[in-house]
Amino acid sequence: MSNDPIHQFQIKPIVPLEIGGLDVSLTNSGLYMLGAAAALTVFLTMSMGGRALVPGRVQSVTELIYGFIADMVRSTAGSDGMKFFPLVFTLFVFILFANMVGMFPYAFTFTSHIVITAVMALLVIGIVVFYGFYKHGLHFLGLFVPKGVPWVMLPLLVPIEIFSFLVRPVSLSLRLFANVLAGHITLKVFAGFVATLAAVEAWWGVPAAGLPLLMTVALTALEFLVAFLQAFVFAILTCVYLNDAIHPGH
Amino acid sequence: MAETDHDAHDATVETATVAHGDAGHSGSFPPFDPTYFPSQIFWLVIAFGALYVMMSRVALPRIAGVLEERRLRIATDLDKAEELRAESEAAIAAYEAALAEARTKALAIANETRGRITGEIDALKAETDADLKLKLSEAEASIDAMKENALARVRGIASEAMVAIIEQVLGQAVDRETAGRYIDAEFSARR
Repeated sequence: MSNDPIHQFQIKPIVPLEIGGLDVSLTNSGLYMLGAAAALTVFLTMSMGGRALVPGRVQSVTELIYGFIADMVRSTAGSDGMKFFPLVFTLFVFILFANMVGMFPYAFTFTSHIVITAVMALLVIGIVVFYGFYKHGLHFLGLFVPKGVPWVMLPLLVPIEIFSFLVRPVSLSLRLFANVLAGHITLKVFAGFVATLAAVEAWWGVPAAGLPLLMTVALTALEFLVAFLQAFVFAILTCVYLNDAIHPGH
Repeated sequence: MAETDHDAHDATVETATVAHGDAGHSGSFPPFDPTYFPSQIFWLVIAFGALYVMMSRVALPRIAGVLEERRLRIATDLDKAEELRAESEAAIAAYEAALAEARTKALAIANETRGRITGEIDALKAETDADLKLKLSEAEASIDAMKENALARVRGIASEAMVAIIEQVLGQAVDRETAGRYIDAEFSARR
C-alpha cells in the first residue's frame, strides 16, 4: 500500500456508464453513497420492526437519533420547522454514516469530496431561498435588514448581511469537506510516520515510531469526534438557515 | 549496504508509480478533479433522494408512530393512575365518614341505653320502695289489728275470769258488761 496521503481520496470507476455524453460511471464513491442509503434504510426501518412499547437496544438507538434531531429542529426552527424534519434527519444520518464508515481503514469517505458537500449545501440554501420567497414573498428580503438598527447604518449593514448570506453555502460545504479531508490526511501522514520510522535501520527507529503511533491513536479518537460533530454542525446550521426562511423577521 | 539502500529506493519509487497508475489520474488532487463531478452528483442525487424518500415515507412515520403510541399509552396510564388514586381517596374519605358516623351513633346508642337503663332502674327502685312501704304499712296495720284483736280477746277473757272470780269469791253474780267496763277503765288508766 502506498504512503501517499492523497491516495485514499482517489475515485475509481467500477461500472462505466454514460448518459447524454456525461461520464456518470458508478465509482467507489457512488457505491459508498448507495451503500450508506441502503444500510441506513435497512437499519432505521428494521430496528423499529418490533414496534416495541418498551424499546430494545437497537430500537432505542433509532429513537435516540430521532429524538435528538427532532428536538434540534424544534428548538432551532420552531414547530413550523418540523416540515423540514425529514430533510434534516436525512442529511444528519447520511453525513454521520459517511464520516463514521470513513473511519474504517481503506474505506472511502465521500464527504471528503467538495462536490458532495457543495451539492448538499446548495440543496439546503436552495430550499431556504425557495421556501422563503414562496412563504413570505418579498418580505423574505427583510432578512437582510437587521431590526432595531439606525437607518444611517443600513447602507453599510445590508451589503454585509447579503454577503454573509451568500457565503453560507460556501462555508457550509467547505467546513464539512475541509474537516474530513484534513483529518484523514493528518491521520494518514502520522500513520505513515510510524512505518517510516520503524523502517529506519538504527537502534532508535522502532522506539521513535511509538510517538507517531500514540499520535495516530489520539487522532483517531479526535476524528471520531469530528465525524459526529461535523454531521451535527451541518444539521444544526441547516436548521438555523431554515429558521431564517420560516421566520425572516428575526 | 549501498546496494540495499538502492534496492529500498527502487522499491519506494515502484510502489509510488504503481499507486499512481492504480488511480489513473496522476497529478491532480482528487477532490478537485472535475472528471468525476457529474458521476458524483448523479449518484449523490440518486442515493440521497432514495434515502430521503425512504426516511420521509417509511422510517420516520414508523418511528413517530411508535413514539406517539408510547406517549399516548403513558398519558393514558397516568390518567388511569390518577383516576384510581382519586377513587381510592374517595373510598378512604367515605370509609372515614362512615367510621365517624358509626362512632357517633354508637355513642348515642350507649348514652340512650344508659339513660334508659338508669330510668328503668330508678323506676324499679321507686316501685319497689312503694311496694315495700305499702307492705310495711299493711304489716303494721295487720299487727295493729292483731293487737286490737288480741286486746279484745284479753278483755273478753279477763272479764269472764273476773265474773268467775267474783262468783266464786263473793258468790255474787256479776254481768259481763259491767266487768268489761271495769276492765276497760283499768286499761285506759294504765296505758
